[in-house]
Amino acid sequence: MSELTMTTDHHDHGPAKGIGRWLFTTNHKDIGTMYLVFSLIMFLIGGLFAFVIRAELFQPGMQLVDPNFFNQMTTMHGLVMVFGAVMPGFVGLANWQIPLMIGAPDMALPRMNNWSFWILPFAFSMLIATFFMDGGAPAFGWTFYAPLSTTYAPPSVTFFIFAVHMMGISSIMGAMNIIVTIFNMRAPGMSLMQMPMFVWTWLITAFLLVAVMPVLAAVVTMMLMDIHFATSFFNAAGGGDPVLFQHVFWFFGHPEVYIMILPAFGVVSEIIPTFARKKLFGYHSMVYATVSIAVLSLVVWAHHMFTVGMPIAGQLFFMFATMLIAVPTGVKVFNWIATMFKGSMTFETPMLFAIGFVVLFTIGGFSGVMLAIAPIDFQYQDTYFVVAHFHYVLVPGAVFGIMAGVYYWLPKWVGRMYDEGLGKMHFWLSFIGLNITFFPMHFVGLAGMPRRIPDYALQFADFNMMASAGAFIFGTSQLIFVYLIIKAARSGETADQVPWESAEGLEWTLPTPLPYHTFTTPPVIEK
Amino acid sequence: MRQIMHLFGMALLVSSGSALAAWELNMPRGVTETSHTVYDLHMLILWICVAIGVVVFGVMFWSIYAHRKSKGAQAAQFHESTTVEVIWTIIPFIILIGMAIPSTTTLIDMYDSSESDIDIKVTGYQWKWHYDYINDGVDFFSVLKTPKEEIYNEQEKNPNYLLDVDNELVVPIDKKIRFLFTANDVLHAWWVPEIAIKKDTIPGFINESWTRIKEPGTYRGQCAELCGKDHGFMPIVVKAVTQPEYDKWLADQKAAGAAKAAEADKDWTLDELVTAGAAVYQKNCAACHMPDGSGMPPAFPALNNNPMMQGDDVTAHMEVVINGVPGSAMAAYGKQMTAVDLAAVITYKRNTWENKTGGMVSPADVQAFMDK
Amino acid sequence: MKLSSPTGLVSVVVFMFAFGFMLVPLYDVICEVTGLNGKTAGQYEGEIAGDTSKNRDVKIQFLVNRNANLTWGFSPNTVEMKLPLGERRETSFRVVNTYRKDVVAQAIPSVAPAEAAPYLHKMECFCFQQQPLTAGETKDMPLVFFIDPELPDHITKLTLSYTLFDITDTVAKTKTEKPESKIVDHS
Repeated sequence: MSELTMTTDHHDHGPAKGIGRWLFTTNHKDIGTMYLVFSLIMFLIGGLFAFVIRAELFQPGMQLVDPNFFNQMTTMHGLVMVFGAVMPGFVGLANWQIPLMIGAPDMALPRMNNWSFWILPFAFSMLIATFFMDGGAPAFGWTFYAPLSTTYAPPSVTFFIFAVHMMGISSIMGAMNIIVTIFNMRAPGMSLMQMPMFVWTWLITAFLLVAVMPVLAAVVTMMLMDIHFATSFFNAAGGGDPVLFQHVFWFFGHPEVYIMILPAFGVVSEIIPTFARKKLFGYHSMVYATVSIAVLSLVVWAHHMFTVGMPIAGQLFFMFATMLIAVPTGVKVFNWIATMFKGSMTFETPMLFAIGFVVLFTIGGFSGVMLAIAPIDFQYQDTYFVVAHFHYVLVPGAVFGIMAGVYYWLPKWVGRMYDEGLGKMHFWLSFIGLNITFFPMHFVGLAGMPRRIPDYALQFADFNMMASAGAFIFGTSQLIFVYLIIKAARSGETADQVPWESAEGLEWTLPTPLPYHTFTTPPVIEK
Repeated sequence: MRQIMHLFGMALLVSSGSALAAWELNMPRGVTETSHTVYDLHMLILWICVAIGVVVFGVMFWSIYAHRKSKGAQAAQFHESTTVEVIWTIIPFIILIGMAIPSTTTLIDMYDSSESDIDIKVTGYQWKWHYDYINDGVDFFSVLKTPKEEIYNEQEKNPNYLLDVDNELVVPIDKKIRFLFTANDVLHAWWVPEIAIKKDTIPGFINESWTRIKEPGTYRGQCAELCGKDHGFMPIVVKAVTQPEYDKWLADQKAAGAAKAAEADKDWTLDELVTAGAAVYQKNCAACHMPDGSGMPPAFPALNNNPMMQGDDVTAHMEVVINGVPGSAMAAYGKQMTAVDLAAVITYKRNTWENKTGGMVSPADVQAFMDK
Repeated sequence: MKLSSPTGLVSVVVFMFAFGFMLVPLYDVICEVTGLNGKTAGQYEGEIAGDTSKNRDVKIQFLVNRNANLTWGFSPNTVEMKLPLGERRETSFRVVNTYRKDVVAQAIPSVAPAEAAPYLHKMECFCFQQQPLTAGETKDMPLVFFIDPELPDHITKLTLSYTLFDITDTVAKTKTEKPESKIVDHS
């Protein structure tokens, strides 16, 4: 700690040296970097699990793994991608960008910021360590429905619960920090309605996180009590109800979906105006749409449970509420297109990712509307159609959102340009690969292939082979991204202060390379 | 409207090459009134989405094409228009109402609780289905028939690979059948796409659903809720037949049940029991304990060279098979198998691989154990 | 205290954590009122009420399930009966403990269609208590009930199912801490 006290004594000094810089740092830039690197590592690990899944599904028959290990793979793929790759990825972007975009010197609660990051490596080490435990890793799906995850769970479930608790604490602290920062540390004169869209979407996301992560903590605590303290929250024998688990889980789980997509909306809303050289269309309606999506997301959870046998009134309520979400989501898509309309567009890598996002996320939105219709959802529920749907909103949605943001802001962060050719290659390979992977899943799902199965009937063989081939293309092309980032950080050309023509926002008023401490004097907001 | 949709469907079919491919591409239309309604609704929503997609992406790709800087496009300055924004909030809303109306009527129809002709209780087990014709006293388990050799690629796969069971659920056509769903252990979901039923089976609770199948035929489905290791290996086969055929099948089932009971009184030899037991073992035990008895320790212990299979204490062995091991995956087979099958499989395990006790357990022994 | 201050946010977190647990009783109340999931209410106290003038007959079907591969015998002594709305009836279920040890059983009721659940009133039910059974014991367990005359007209038949659970281990586990198990509260 002495190092830190020392560093705060003078201004304009660089970071501390050695490993201590990363362990003890309270600098939002360092913490943002750590979050993003962590997210990338988790993305690759989760991708590895996906490789195992797709390799086993390449052909009908059991070839590589046994069914139980296959279930461990699907479970861990989901958990690692959701909690390890996507969420920390967005928190990383927030840590880097929110202070830069609102003209703050750092996050409001820097020590807590450090803590909330450093919990994560421990949480995920614990989660991944379950592979080496008796009975293996959790094999009950990332949604861990009771009683498969309680009475019938492997012993490692207790470690899984603690890992989820730790991830939850980390996310809650991260979210609280973001809220407090946005409310208290905006540059003088910046009103809420002048904030950049990325800051707005993160503010709303952070409120969702604070509201629902504790519910996740509650549901895993109930599981823990059922397993070890003979309570019966989810055990019918003691008067509990396995369906209650699903209600509580999805009360968290559905807002979680928006937690993973709203910040991506923000990133895209920053990028499209820059490369269309035109102001974001309908800023106000964008803000209102985001707020209404967040509010609606709290009352639609049971559309994940249409087949559990709800009374018809319940089915109808959740069906209508879910369909309603299409309205504000539609508004967002229309606004992005109206921003591009009559612009003067160029297509650098961040813009390619943003356009890929709009197109493919919208396709995911369409299948979402189909899934919202309860009577036909009975045919889609728990099939590959659902798998296709949520991969369309999460891969080209959340993941492309993070990547677009990284490409967009990387020149500012590292002070050097990335290799544009490699970036475009990364985009096109990812775009083609993911469509080959996920589009055929719509077909096999409609034709009757359930999800989470290690082997399938012969009529699904062709499309599964295609999906596996696509996954191989998509997966390996991510190595380009890793190489590109290392190359840019080490030896890229020096970037201009504003690398993109017509990029607006406080972050671009800062010099490149970026000093370790920025906005030590608040900027002046015009208007 | 429906004709137009079919035209589109045909176009899709032709462009995709073959009829087989068409079956793989879309939801089956099915064989019940409900499944037809569901299919039509699905196609309706799909085409609405496609139409919206064409318009939205059309505008977007056109501006990507026309409003490029490289073509010398100058950026316009507008960034707001309340009129436009109100319009594109209201239009989706109206479209959604258009979707909600047929959806609501379909849903209400699905909840029809009027009386049925046949009640069948469906129970999900790890990893098989149990069917109970409540009013006829016929009940049986339905287990995957695909042999291990096909799954492990040692044999060519038959066309119904993974979708074949030993005992099909036989039902008559044109009768209202009411299903009551429950589960024995964890959640499962009973799904047959062609009759458009998917319902979760929940331990301790019952769910219901109904159908009226219009055409005789064999309809295949699968479990649709992750239920553990062999979730992918518990298919559903529904065989719809005419009423006379159904009556005959039901009579046969009742007669077979009586015959099975009589079988227990027969004098069995060691060889007969071992042969019968091998088949029972492959069907019920091999998934976890492996065909060669090596098991998958620690969850599923090895049976080969297992002291319990080699020792003289037959009672302990019977206790495990018949009453199961509470708190483990070992099910109690006492209520799932006949005394003959139980005796056969116990005898088999004591006289195969390296377990060579040479002793047998007769159906009478098993019966005596269970009656005690 | 502002909601967006650190203390405000911490209290939101604490509240939402508690809210997660509050969903449990809330869910039970909703279940009881709407019959969600086919749950039936606890012991019915008081007189048979409601408008009996409709004088309509309904069928009730009794089903049994044994959870977790239990080998115990468990069957309804009457499979199906027809009765007028608002009339008190008695029936019973037979349970046989086939184990060579003492056990404790708990029966869990469920009604289909779930919509009918709030209209089934049980004055006496073996599912209200844990059922201890000695080794090899056979027991007839009573059920006294009536169906509310307010039962919606479109329901003509309902199914009452009991699933029998072996709770011997759970009872042994909780006995030391809580002599009065709360296990039967909901049923």
